[in-house]
Amino acid sequence: MAVQVDVPPLAAPVRKTEKRRAFGEVPGLATLAFGFLVFLYLPIAVLVVYSFNAGNIVMVWTGFSTDWYAKAFANEDIRKATLNSLIVAVSATAIATTCATLAALALARGGSFRGKVVSLGVITLPLMVPEIVTAVAMLVFFANLGLNLGLGNVILAHTTFCIPFAFMPIRARLEGMDTTLEQASRDLYASDWETFRLVTLPLLMPGVLAGAMLSFVISMDDFIITLMVAGAGDTTLPVYIYSMIRQGITPEVNAVSSILLLFSILIVTAYWFTTRQKPGAKSH
Amino acid sequence: MTNKATSVSPLHPDPVSRPIEEAGPARTAVELDRVGKIYGHGTTAVEALHEISFDIRDNEFFTLLGPSGCGKTTLLRTLAGFEHVTRGVIRLFGQDIVDVPTHKRPVNTVFQHYSLFPHMTVADNVAYGLRRLKKPADEIRGTVDEMLRLVKMERFADRLPAQLSGGQQQRVALARALAPSPKVLLLDEPLSALDLKLRQAMRQELKQIQARTGITFIFVTHDQDEALSMSDRIAVMSEGHLQQVGTPTEIYEHPVNRFVAGFVGDANFIEAEIASPIGAKVTCRTRGGLELQADATKASSGQRDAVLFLRPEKVRLTEPGAGTVNGTVRDIQYLGNSTLMEIDIGEPASVIVRQSGDVNQPACRPGDTVGVVLDPHALQVLAE
Ligand SMILES: Nc1ncnc2c1ncn2[C@@H]1O[C@H](COP(=O)(O)OP(=O)(O)OP(=O)(O)O)[C@@H](O)[C@H]1O
Ligand SMILES: [Mg+2]
Repeated sequence: MAVQVDVPPLAAPVRKTEKRRAFGEVPGLATLAFGFLVFLYLPIAVLVVYSFNAGNIVMVWTGFSTDWYAKAFANEDIRKATLNSLIVAVSATAIATTCATLAALALARGGSFRGKVVSLGVITLPLMVPEIVTAVAMLVFFANLGLNLGLGNVILAHTTFCIPFAFMPIRARLEGMDTTLEQASRDLYASDWETFRLVTLPLLMPGVLAGAMLSFVISMDDFIITLMVAGAGDTTLPVYIYSMIRQGITPEVNAVSSILLLFSILIVTAYWFTTRQKPGAKSH
Repeated sequence: MTNKATSVSPLHPDPVSRPIEEAGPARTAVELDRVGKIYGHGTTAVEALHEISFDIRDNEFFTLLGPSGCGKTTLLRTLAGFEHVTRGVIRLFGQDIVDVPTHKRPVNTVFQHYSLFPHMTVADNVAYGLRRLKKPADEIRGTVDEMLRLVKMERFADRLPAQLSGGQQQRVALARALAPSPKVLLLDEPLSALDLKLRQAMRQELKQIQARTGITFIFVTHDQDEALSMSDRIAVMSEGHLQQVGTPTEIYEHPVNRFVAGFVGDANFIEAEIASPIGAKVTCRTRGGLELQADATKASSGQRDAVLFLRPEKVRLTEPGAGTVNGTVRDIQYLGNSTLMEIDIGEPASVIVRQSGDVNQPACRPGDTVGVVLDPHALQVLAE
C-alpha cells in the first residue's frame, strides 16, 4: 500500500524540472522572445483596436464604435478598390495555380528532359528577385509593348509573381506522392488522362489548394508592383490605402487595413488547415 | 510487332469464375523469347535481364525466385508494361505485347506495398479496374461483392485503406487486381511486408484463390520456402540470367548448377575429379582422397572436375566404421524441429548433416567420431 501511494508524487516533480531546464537553457530567451512578439504584433493590435475608435483623431481613444467601418463600406472608392483587388487576386490565383500545377507535373512526372534543372531554377527564381526590380521591369515592359488592358495588366503582373508561390507547395506534394499509385491506375486499365483525373489530381489537391491560397494572399497585399503597373481606375486596396495615408491618417484607414488583415488571416488559417491534413498518399 | 491493332482488342475475358480449363495440353500463357533489359546508357548501363527465355503455362502458379537485385521485379515490370524491353519478344497467349501500353494489357499487378488508392474506399478500389473497362454498374457491384467475399473483406467495403491493417490492405490489393479478371496476375513479393504467421496463412490462401479463379499467377519472391511451398513451377534467376526452370521437386532435388543448389535450401558441395567413364553413375576421387559413387545424369561427356552436391538431410549417420567414411563431429546446432551437425570428414569443407528428431539416431557430442553414409543416389555431379 505504502509503495503505491509513493508513486504519483515521484513522477510529477521529474516532469517539472525537465520543463524548467528546457526553458532555462539560454538565459533570457523567454523574455527576448516575448519582447520580439510584442514588437511584431503590438502595432497591428493597436491598428485594429483604433479602427473601433469613435473619435476622428487617430491616437486618442474616445469610445467604441463601428462608424469607421460603416464609413469605409460607404466609400465608393474603397468598394471599387476592394472589388479590383478581389478580381485581380482571383484571376491571378487561378491562372498562376494552373500554370504551377502543369509545371510541377512536367518536372516531377514528365521523365527526364533537357533543361529540367534550368526550368526548375527559372520557375523559382522570381522569389529571389527584389520586388522593385520586377516592378520596374513590368512597367517598362508594358510601356514598350504599349499593352494597355487596364486591370488586365495588373492581373498579368500578379500572375507572374504568384506562379513560384503556387508552385512550391504543389511540387512538394507531388514529390512526396508515390508513383506506384499512378502505375496501379494504369495497370487497372485507366488511360493517362483518367489516371490524372482520378488519381493524381485528387491526391495533389491539398498541394494545389495550398498553392492557390498562398497566391491569393500574396496577390491581395501586393503593393509595389501594383503601384507601378496599375492605371488610374485600376487601383487595388493596398494602393488605395497608401493614397489615403498621404492625405492624412484617419481611423478609416485603420478600418480598411483591418479588413485586409482579416482576409489574410482567414486565408492563412485555411492554408494551415489544408497543409496540416494527413498526407493522403502514404509514403509506402 | 505486326498487326497489333487487330489483335489488341480481344484481350478482356469475362468474370472471374470461368470454368477451369478442360484437360489437355496446357496452353502457353506467357512466352518470353530472349528478353533483355538494359537500364541507362553507356558507362552507367546496367544489364538487368540477359536473354531470358521460358514459357509460363495457363492456370499455373509460377514463381520467379532469386536473390535481391537479380532482376525479378524488372521482369515483372516488363510483363505489366511499366518498363520497355531492350530486346526480345514477350507473347501473351500467342500475341506479341511488347508494344501494347500498360492500360491495354489484360494483366494486373499486386504491388509490394499494396499501393491502394488512399482517397477511395475499399469497394471503390476494387471497382476501379472494372469501371475503367466500362462494365455495367450492376455487374461491377456483383463482381466487387464477389471479390471482397473471396478475400474475406466484405465487412470492410466502406473503409478507407488507411483504416486497415497491413494484412487487410494486402487482401484488398489482391481483390482489386483480380476483379477485372486478368489473364495473368503479377505479384511482386506481396507477402514480404507481413509478419511470419500471417505470411504463412496468406500462402495457403493465395494458393487456394489461384486454384479457384484459374488465373495464371506469376509470383516474385526471394524466399525459397515460399517458392517451394506455393508454386507449380519455379524459375530461378541470378544476376539477370535464368538459371533453371522446373517444379519445386526438380529445383530442390535436381538443381542444375551450384547456384541453384545453394540458393534453394542448404547444400553440401564436395569438390572432386571424375575417375571413371561418364555414365549414369561415376566414380569420383575427392580432394581428401575419398572414392565416391555419384549420380552423373547431369554431367557433360568430357567433364573432368566435378562438384558433388548433397542435401544435408540426405546424409545419414551411423556407428563408426559402418558408413562410407568416418568423421569427427565439429559443431551441433539445435533448431527445434531438427539438428544441424557439422562433421569433418577430412575434406576441405566439412559436411553439414540435418537430423530430424529421430529417436533412433545415435546421440553425439562435439568431438565424437561417427560413421557418415554418403548415398550414391543422393550424391549428384552438378553440371559445370
Ligand atoms: N530504374 C532503374 N534504373 C537503373 N537500374 C535499375 C533500375 N531498376 C532496377 N535497376 C537495376 O536492375 C537490377 C535488377 O533490379 P530488380 O529491381 O529487378 O531486382 P529484384 O530482383 O527485384 O531485387 P529485389 O529482390 O531486391 O527486389 C539491379 O541491379 C538494379 O540495381
Ligand atoms: Mg524487386
